[in-house]
Amino acid sequence: MSIVVRRPNLSWSEKLYLPAIFSGMIITLGHFMKMLLGRTKVTMQYPEEKWDSHLPDHYRGAPALVKDERDRLRCVACQLCEFICPPRAIKIVPGEIPLGDRFAKVEKYPEEFDIDMIRCIYCGMCEEVCPEQAIFLRKDYAITGLTRAEMVHDKKKLIEIGGVMHGLVLKWNEKK
Amino acid sequence: MTFLVLTSLLKIFGIVFLVILPMVSYTVYAERRVSALIQDRLGPNRVGPAGLFQPIADAMKFILKEDFTPAHVNKFYFWLAPCLAMVPAIMTIAVVPFGSSLLGVPMVIADINVGVLYVFAIASLGVYGIVIAGWASNSKYPFLGGVRSSSQMISYELSLGLAVIPIFLLVGQLRLTSIVDYQIANGWMIAPFLGDPTNLWKWLLTIPMLISFVVFTIAIFAETNRLPFDLPEAETELVGGYHTEYSSMKFALFFLGEYAAMITGSAIIVTLFLGAWHLPIPWWNHAHGFHWLLISGSLGGWLGFLGGLFNIFTFFAKVAVLLLVFIWVRWTLPRFRYDQLMRLGWVFFFEIALVNIFIAAIIVAYMPK
Repeated sequence: MSIVVRRPNLSWSEKLYLPAIFSGMIITLGHFMKMLLGRTKVTMQYPEEKWDSHLPDHYRGAPALVKDERDRLRCVACQLCEFICPPRAIKIVPGEIPLGDRFAKVEKYPEEFDIDMIRCIYCGMCEEVCPEQAIFLRKDYAITGLTRAEMVHDKKKLIEIGGVMHGLVLKWNEKK
Repeated sequence: MTFLVLTSLLKIFGIVFLVILPMVSYTVYAERRVSALIQDRLGPNRVGPAGLFQPIADAMKFILKEDFTPAHVNKFYFWLAPCLAMVPAIMTIAVVPFGSSLLGVPMVIADINVGVLYVFAIASLGVYGIVIAGWASNSKYPFLGGVRSSSQMISYELSLGLAVIPIFLLVGQLRLTSIVDYQIANGWMIAPFLGDPTNLWKWLLTIPMLISFVVFTIAIFAETNRLPFDLPEAETELVGGYHTEYSSMKFALFFLGEYAAMITGSAIIVTLFLGAWHLPIPWWNHAHGFHWLLISGSLGGWLGFLGGLFNIFTFFAKVAVLLLVFIWVRWTLPRFRYDQLMRLGWVFFFEIALVNIFIAAIIVAYMPK
């Protein structure tokens, strides 16, 4: 059985083809002029313009260690984040806080705290699991480096990104 | 004699290295920017102010790339093809009068009396670059591209040649400078009535001239493989067509050759139909009242020098406008199907150009001198 495909009946001007060409060219000219006059919205020009000020509060950027108002690094080296981290990007070497210290009862602090930013998937599990409110995902997203070693954030870099966080629970302070 | 050789060398050097090659690279830039703007993008805007140094960066990239010759190609022709693509395009410009005169030197490299025949002869050599590239590459897509290119060239060369015959009926000469002089005296070929608006015959003559212009322009589009007719390289079907196997500077030569051909094509359209370097300026003074001022290099002293420069500028400004039209059309129209292309060439343009010659001949025959 054969199927007869109905061809559209073209009018005289459609067969001439020229009107279609001219209307097409007017459309492209319209787009061209609108772009020239800056009336079309285009992509943000990234390095010059940034989206930074529009980032939402829940944005998940680079994970970082924070200090509280009293300038204490909140991490207690419990290694829960190291354990939960799906891509195993975190490496912690715990150290012992000496007896005479004001926070000797905390017992541990991270001697080394490395996050391999090549591995990190910005999932935020470390922030979620942290019992000390010590690790947070900040809004830094342009993590770049020329070597693999450069892409590993050590403790110093993490503190630098993290900065000081206000309004956290200060559970290790002396009881009044 | 020495003077002639020296000025000719200067003109050749100036036209090729100071005008055509920079124009080619900035046509590529214009192509990218205009296409971007038409598609609501921005285009290359990183290198230099507004991306103006992009062509230089592109050239550096092409020069530094590895020049790879596949093992299965016919080496000699594989190397020959890119040169054959570039050379005819630049050679054609030799007979085009790109200005009146500068310090008494006529601004045309070779003012030969077979002008247009030379243009057609050399321009049709351009197809050999593509055909040889397609054949020498020894792989199927380039081969298809080369075959398509040759058949397309044959189909459109016909209407290209026939479309300009009305002009020669009118002027009676093939020399391009005479055609320009005729246009200055009697109005541009695209609008012959401008020379004498009261003469009805001139208005009548406008009809075949306009048809000639349209057919010639479309044939030039086909001749330079520009988009509605870019079947030889059709990226979507032929993976780049005849230059699929080419890389680095050899590819760049094809690329530049295509744009150089575009520039020569526009230059020929401008010379034949749009009054070449002629731009009448409305002027009024007490002695003559209102009249059209003719600027040319034949005026004396500094005025003549500035006039000559102005003429050259006018010519290339017209070419630039036509190039923009080329780009505009490319980013508007889709590619023809192959049978449509052949039908258009053989069934429509060939006949239209043929009938047009008769119309023009009748008008010229009965037009009072």
